[in-house]
Amino acid sequence: MIEAKDINFYYGDFHALKNISMKMDKHTVTAFIGPSGCGKSTFLRLFNRMNDLIDDTRLEGQCLIDGQNIYDKSVDVSALRKRVGMVFQKPNPFPQSIFENVAYGLRVDGVRDKQLIRNKVEESLQAAALWEEVKDKLKKSAFELSGGQQQRLCIARALAISPDIILMDEPASALDPISTSKIEDLIYNLKKDYTIVIVTHNMQQAARVSDKTGFFMLGNLVEYNDTKKIFLSPEMEETQNYITGRFG
Amino acid sequence: MRKIFERIIETILTMSGAVTTIVILLIVIFLFKEGFGLFRSSDIEKGYSLCIHADNSAERLTPEQIKQIFDYEVENWEVLGGSDEEIVPFRFDEIFSRYSDEELGEDYEFMPDKLGEVIRETPGIIAFIPTQYLPANRMGVNVLPETTITPADFFGGKEWIPTATPAHQFGVLPLIMGTLWVSLFAILIALPLGLGVAVYLSELAGEKMRNLLKPAIELLAGIPSVVYGFFGLVVLVPLIQKGMNLPVGETGFAGSLVLAIMALPTIITVAEDAMQNTPRAMREASLALGANQWQTIYRVIIPYAASGISAAVVLGIGRAVGETMAVLMVTGNAAVIPHTLFEPVRTIPATIAAELGEAPAGGTHYQALFLLGCILFIITLIINISAEMISSKKQTV
Repeated sequence: MIEAKDINFYYGDFHALKNISMKMDKHTVTAFIGPSGCGKSTFLRLFNRMNDLIDDTRLEGQCLIDGQNIYDKSVDVSALRKRVGMVFQKPNPFPQSIFENVAYGLRVDGVRDKQLIRNKVEESLQAAALWEEVKDKLKKSAFELSGGQQQRLCIARALAISPDIILMDEPASALDPISTSKIEDLIYNLKKDYTIVIVTHNMQQAARVSDKTGFFMLGNLVEYNDTKKIFLSPEMEETQNYITGRFG
Repeated sequence: MRKIFERIIETILTMSGAVTTIVILLIVIFLFKEGFGLFRSSDIEKGYSLCIHADNSAERLTPEQIKQIFDYEVENWEVLGGSDEEIVPFRFDEIFSRYSDEELGEDYEFMPDKLGEVIRETPGIIAFIPTQYLPANRMGVNVLPETTITPADFFGGKEWIPTATPAHQFGVLPLIMGTLWVSLFAILIALPLGLGVAVYLSELAGEKMRNLLKPAIELLAGIPSVVYGFFGLVVLVPLIQKGMNLPVGETGFAGSLVLAIMALPTIITVAEDAMQNTPRAMREASLALGANQWQTIYRVIIPYAASGISAAVVLGIGRAVGETMAVLMVTGNAAVIPHTLFEPVRTIPATIAAELGEAPAGGTHYQALFLLGCILFIITLIINISAEMISSKKQTV
């Protein structure tokens, strides 16, 4: 279970996240929607401490995963990131073979058992619905795949280290409709084993894949509720305006 | 109006492009024309001939053999493919100790006859005499046919003594070896250091440190090489001499050190740029998979920047191979094939710089220096082409 408590986040002087608290349950899909620059990606990147890489940022509040504050000094960031996988907006495979891309997380984790790596790679590619397409060309460069395939490869890569949580930052925004629907099917199937948090610009996508939806605006979490409720009878006027396309 | 104006500009641009290209081409042609003229030059000093006794069956002698003869290193014709006869080298000025000025005549009009006598009397002789005094009576005298320097003499020769008489020694091997040795060790020193600094600057240094160090390193690239040479001569050379307990401090090693310092800025800036160009997405992908910073550096950033890093290496080598002044100042310039790096060596560029001023224009020595220039040109051309190929290579696996 993921819990954010009174989160405030600053880029220098810019107050990017304002007093956000929310809980996400195990084995659910939570979607964050909202206009560009509303802070949804920033919020997502808190959970695997990706924001640590950006200079001059400041965080107040607590991020808890299974009750532990992941910003505690005692937390090993690498270990945290092995528990909390991430898929980025643009497919970003390494300039290596398909196999090596998926094996990367295992290798940096110090796994040497070749059989184990092979099994895990196959398993992950199957879970990412890519195995059938690439099983005969595992040695080929990952750059030879199409954009949609590359994104599923990135998902397989994230799955290979057996995380509990997968963060997805607009995973389908750079893809065509067919690839997008494959990714959405994949998210739906992954739900039973993983807790998924997804940021999306596409409201239909949020409606299709998520159990719960949070609507962000100007660094505030305006509304957070069951997806059905958000899309059918939102409580806040801003949410209503946004999902009906009156702005944003 | 406007059209005409654009037309004029276009013509000017085309012209300047064409002129530049032609000039460069002409320089290259000039270089090679002068250089390859060497192979049409006589291998012994101009205006002189070598004569042997008529019974001697020796044929062409290489410049190296001629030198050995006159240095008394070879003492029997048998070694050179002739009959078993002791070699008697005879230099022209020895004639004056054998005959008085009266005997030779007022205008040396009897000189050819006397030379003929000497040659006829001595079966093992090899006489090095001015062509104008060749005996008119060729009975018993065998004038060696004029031969030219061959590529084998040039590229295979082990000695570079351009002013040697009777035969110039243009063996380029020691110079090529010197250049390669000095450059190779310079790169061996500069590469790990340069890459280390590049990784530090690109990945580890803070913003402030980088903003301070990068301009400083780029400044290093702009220091004239003679200053580096001076520094090497004053600081490094005595240090090496004392530290290694050597007879002289001017060694190939000193050259390598100075070159390494000079190649560092190039290697650092090019490699650092390549690493900086690793997309942020790659770093994030690696870190998000639980890799730590070091794993990210050596598993993602260095492989991603590999082509840029190779370009840095090749450019660094190019700098080292072509560098003249600093090396000239610190390597001691002995044109012998080096056995260790702690001996004086001499590089191709240093040879050209040091000797061109003394070589008469158009002469054999002059041509030999141009040919050295050609060799250097070809070496750097190969290096630059490979740099081009490596850095333009598409990122595949």
